[in-house]
Amino acid sequence: MTEAGTTTGEAKKVRPIVPYLKLPEKEGEEAVLVGVRCKACGKAFLGERLVCPACTAVNQFEPVTFSRTGELYAYTIVHQSAPGIPVPYISAIIDLPEGVSVRANLVDVEPKPENLRFGMKVEMVTRKVREDSEGNDVIAFFFRPAEG
Amino acid sequence: MREVAVIGVGMIKFGRYDKSVWELARDAILEALQDAGIEFKKVEALYSGNMYRTNLSGQQILQQIGLTGIPVVNVVNACATGSTAVREAYLAVATGLHDIVVAVGSEQMGKMGLLGADAARREESVEGILGSGLMPAIFSTAGVEHMRKYGTTIEQFAKVSVKNHKYGYYNPRSQYRVLLSLEDVLNSRMISYPNTLYMCCPTGDGAAAVVLAPMSRAREFTSKPVKIAASVLTTDPYTDRVFALPDPNTMTRNAAKLAYEQAGIGPEDLDLVELHDCFATAEILHYENLGLCPEGEGGRLIDEGETEIDGRIPVNISGGLLSLGHPIGATGVSKICECVWQLRGEAQTPDRQVPDCKVALAHTIGLASGGACTIHILVR
Repeated sequence: MTEAGTTTGEAKKVRPIVPYLKLPEKEGEEAVLVGVRCKACGKAFLGERLVCPACTAVNQFEPVTFSRTGELYAYTIVHQSAPGIPVPYISAIIDLPEGVSVRANLVDVEPKPENLRFGMKVEMVTRKVREDSEGNDVIAFFFRPAEG
Repeated sequence: MREVAVIGVGMIKFGRYDKSVWELARDAILEALQDAGIEFKKVEALYSGNMYRTNLSGQQILQQIGLTGIPVVNVVNACATGSTAVREAYLAVATGLHDIVVAVGSEQMGKMGLLGADAARREESVEGILGSGLMPAIFSTAGVEHMRKYGTTIEQFAKVSVKNHKYGYYNPRSQYRVLLSLEDVLNSRMISYPNTLYMCCPTGDGAAAVVLAPMSRAREFTSKPVKIAASVLTTDPYTDRVFALPDPNTMTRNAAKLAYEQAGIGPEDLDLVELHDCFATAEILHYENLGLCPEGEGGRLIDEGETEIDGRIPVNISGGLLSLGHPIGATGVSKICECVWQLRGEAQTPDRQVPDCKVALAHTIGLASGGACTIHILVR
């Protein structure tokens, strides 16, 4: 908010809802999910890690930037949730081609089973979901049906 | 390791109570002690499972049942809390550390409703934004995964709820004693597709207790000792997708393999299975995870009535979590109590006594990325 007398003079910031969402830093960039791949076993994970939860190798990771497109693996349609959470919505498990799966809301499609197909192509989008206590925009990622 | 016997069981009717949770635990222990024909003074150690009031739960119970100065171990392991307490008690007797021990599980959930809802309201929560990590969504997604793999239908999942409520109706200790038709289940409001309201277990209050002793001494206390032929605890090993979709399957499969090995039997030898049907979808998954049917045939098993009381392998004749209730810390212990009653031929009402029950399996899981799964095999 920028009401007179309440601004600090600093530009309003945006921040990602989770550390593994990397927001664009300059013109032409897109938001991406980032993580690591274990050089010992090849498994990939969202976010930073020291020890591989799949093979226990210590500190043998290389950074990975995940694709913005993937496939719908499984889902549920949530009709009852905690107070304040809008329902119904699709809670989806998305497989990304780098070998990691991510849980996200599937948006821009009416939440009905007949609209969903296992393996359907989906693409990532980002949207502001709220402001934090310091007035920064909090950005989250979602997936939506993609062409093809 | 010594052979271990259950010499006494006790359980209050699951429901909602004005009494304190420690009084509920006391009542369950008193019943179990009476069943074993002993006083609390004879008990050498107490293993107490309670999820929401973890710290000093056992000491709170001692205040109600006797401050005898015995060692207390307080246990928490998500929805496998109570059964993990039983396993700790089992290990103490099996290794010779103690002879007479009590494991108790208790919980008071009142009308707390959807688990995790409070945390979901915190400002930093991602619930409802990055999908749902709450249990209805996780077990529903696991059900949808089964639909994807094997063509399982919502009607097949719903039949689980019809079956378990039917047996819960005949169980005087059950929280919800209602007979439901398939239409009732399918037409109740959707909670998380494909699980409708009646396909989700309730919250509630409850307590259950067991008294264990070495088999060599069991006949001092009871003419019907029940042997713990296997006691297994696993967590989920890494599987692809485990961080996005916690996996109820792999830890159960691993636990089942270990339990069958330990007991020297196979799934074909079971007369009763009490498995963790927190949601109707879960029961179908666990038919396969426990080896009750081949991969992908869980839907057929319920369709053909094989898990009914007169079927090939009766499942959740207590009413299961769906009807009996799921006061978290008490649940795992209650399943073992039910197995003991069935093995002794004491299932309260004839409508739910499994005929000639000799071998029973109790399964409990607490789901997370990592999770916890216990299996106990009980033999008369």
